[in-house]
Amino acid sequence: MSVRLTTLTAALTALAGFALQVSASEAKAPTLDDAAGRYDIDGSSQINFKVGQVGGGGISGKFTKFSGTFQLDRGDISKSVVEFALFPETVQTGEPRIENFLRSTAVFDTASYPKIVFRSTKITRTGENTAEIEGNLTAKGTTRTEHFEATLTEWNRRVIGFRIQGGVYRTRYNMSVGIPIYSNVVQFDMMVNGEKH
Amino acid sequence: MLRNGPDAFGWVTILLHWTIAILIAGLLVLGFVMTRPDIDPVLQFDLFQWHKSFGFTALGLAAIRAVWWLAGRHPASVAGLSTPERHASFAVHILLLCLTLAVPVTGWALASASTLDIPSFYFNLVVIPHLPLAKSAVAEALWTTAHAVLAYGLAGLVLLHAGAALHHHFIRHDAVLVRMLRNRWRDG
Repeated sequence: MSVRLTTLTAALTALAGFALQVSASEAKAPTLDDAAGRYDIDGSSQINFKVGQVGGGGISGKFTKFSGTFQLDRGDISKSVVEFALFPETVQTGEPRIENFLRSTAVFDTASYPKIVFRSTKITRTGENTAEIEGNLTAKGTTRTEHFEATLTEWNRRVIGFRIQGGVYRTRYNMSVGIPIYSNVVQFDMMVNGEKH
Repeated sequence: MLRNGPDAFGWVTILLHWTIAILIAGLLVLGFVMTRPDIDPVLQFDLFQWHKSFGFTALGLAAIRAVWWLAGRHPASVAGLSTPERHASFAVHILLLCLTLAVPVTGWALASASTLDIPSFYFNLVVIPHLPLAKSAVAEALWTTAHAVLAYGLAGLVLLHAGAALHHHFIRHDAVLVRMLRNRWRDG
């Protein structure tokens, strides 16, 4: 009897674990049941990237126009789905010449490929507040599988926030200009905030 | 012989002279092509990096050339030159020496002052650090103008220099050109 109770408690705790950040105003710990549902990624999110260069430093910037949703499944994180699109034309680095170069055929070719999209195919829980997101990234007419790490940073009944990080090899998307002066790896470090739909 | 003699250039001088000459010609062509307005951006990026790598090579060789010139002996002027001609040729040669140093240094300065902060990766082998200059659009523009003016000035001087050498060879039939082609020369 007590073994079954222990097992049940452990299972519930595991399910709840993913959404277990308690903000000061919350009276009780939220569960995955509460967190479940559809969230629209809102404009407060920061979609940052960095490309390293030899000798240190690099090009860092962000994209200011993007959209997406995540669908958190009730009870099973692996059935959740993330869909995301960004407009590379909105890249900002603080240097107009670099931004224009990134928009050109040399990198994003925004005139021909105005959107970069990501759709998750598999989400795997890796810790209490973390998950690995595997999915298809499409950029400049090429689709490849990429992996990102997500860490839950914020949750209340209406809003959810994740830090999503990952590296993408740009040669896979026909964006190899500047190697080896500039790294092949584009590091994404994003704060993605979702508002419950 | 390697070193300059009383009436002949040594092989070091000859080799440095022509290597630097070829580099200058190539760099001028690269510099012109890479700054054309509708150039493909990937090609432009690559040409700039080649230009910088060959430019630093030219700078290094020009520095060696200058030291070699200062430390070694100079062959006597070819017979048949008047005093103003000797002075003019000396002035042009000194100016060429100075420009082969100044042009790449202004190029180094413009890359160093640029807000683009693109590293100089010498033939993708070693990073050449920026000069300690403050980065700004104004500074980059100033060094760019200096680099272009001095480079095209050098081009003009090279044409004058080469033209004079050809004149000496084909019109005057003297040893001026020939003694920069081989170590031993004979009077006409």
